[in-house]
Amino acid sequence: METKETNTELVVIGGSAGSLQVILGMLKKLKAKLSFPIVLVVHRKAYSNNILQTLLQQFIAIEVVEIDDKTEIQNNKVYVVPADYHLLFENKKLMSLDFSEKMNYSRPSIDVTFKSAAEIYGKNVVGVLLSGANADGVEGLSYIKKNKGQVWIQDPETAEVDYMPRHAVQEIAYDQLIKPDNLADFINQL
Amino acid sequence: MLEPSIVKDEEVEYLIKDVHEMYGYDFSEYSRASFKRRVNRICLIDRFTSFAELRYTIINDPEYLKRFVEEITVNVTEMFRDPHFFKALRENILPQLGTYPLIRIWVAGCSTGEEAYSMAILLKEANLYHKSLIYGTDLNPSVLETARAGVFPLQQMKLYSENYMLSGGKKDFSDYYTANYDSVKFDKSLKEKLILSTHNLVSDSSFNSFQLIICRNVLIYFDRELQERVFKLFDNSLENLGYLALGAKETIRFSKLDKNYHQVEDQRIWKKAEHM
Repeated sequence: METKETNTELVVIGGSAGSLQVILGMLKKLKAKLSFPIVLVVHRKAYSNNILQTLLQQFIAIEVVEIDDKTEIQNNKVYVVPADYHLLFENKKLMSLDFSEKMNYSRPSIDVTFKSAAEIYGKNVVGVLLSGANADGVEGLSYIKKNKGQVWIQDPETAEVDYMPRHAVQEIAYDQLIKPDNLADFINQL
Repeated sequence: MLEPSIVKDEEVEYLIKDVHEMYGYDFSEYSRASFKRRVNRICLIDRFTSFAELRYTIINDPEYLKRFVEEITVNVTEMFRDPHFFKALRENILPQLGTYPLIRIWVAGCSTGEEAYSMAILLKEANLYHKSLIYGTDLNPSVLETARAGVFPLQQMKLYSENYMLSGGKKDFSDYYTANYDSVKFDKSLKEKLILSTHNLVSDSSFNSFQLIICRNVLIYFDRELQERVFKLFDNSLENLGYLALGAKETIRFSKLDKNYHQVEDQRIWKKAEHM
């Protein structure tokens, strides 16, 4: 007997140029307790250390963690993929880092993490693609869709740099178009 | 483009078993997520359209096995990657090592040798090179050949030069190499104290004692059990008060050995406590 209910076990958000403001706005409005983790894959310079983690933590009470290799994944935490590594899921409990070749000129690559999330979490993952100037993330979203997860894309009209979401909207049968104002509302309702 | 999904989870296990039984390379404790990507990637670049084709080639062509091992392991490396790490080595660690009559350093999983050459440069600039030995090991004989040649792509030099300066380097980085059309050859004095040899962290044991072991972005490809064994191997190979240096996002925190080591400031460098 198959149940229609999906139980969100992970929200994974990918963004590039123009995505940081959307992420900050979202964090401010998140409810106090989440029953799943959020993983952020954001393109940035190779040597940016913990800057993103420190910045994000200022806007939210939930703990923000920059991922070390073999970090155990826990609900109600926000995880930031470190600069210059790809992030993979070993299983629903454990994350690995990977320093293999760049993908779409990017490391971290949103595609790599989206695909891994699709394989491990199946229908219980929500993949969100935000503003950006690169095609990274679109192919990964197609894996999430194929494995019956949910696909949310930032409305290209609201994106500071619309190449990434526009590309995604054209290629993927998405479940939700989101705007910077309502991303947190959608996540809070999961 | 992402690697295709040609190989299924259970097929990865067959492959690992074959390679171990036939050739002695044991990948059974490699992190599956990364390893599976590498297997699918090799299917893409070597144009295997099915798992059966890949498996057949591996079983029947020992020559291909070399290529398989080379491609399945990640050999991406840089000179002076994470300049702050090398700066910490320069400022905090090398002065300590300088008190020893002979400095022995192990670069474990050195790949094509960029970090071993970076280390040689640091030691030269600290006037310690004459009394140092750098051991560079990798499971892969072909990458060690590259390391031995000391020839690297010219296009990387801009990045390496920037990294070098950020690490506190004061010289003109180009003094260390001779440029050709599309490659550079590093000065051969930089490999005078470099001993390159195959060593498999999975199956080989300790072969010397060191004051500094550098193993960066190698353990990320291992599962936690194998990581624990390798930490033990490093512990057995490290003198009291010696240093273990890991990659920027690797940690000894999840290991039982954690309690015997003190982290050096905010760096991914740990000092072995004096005891026993």
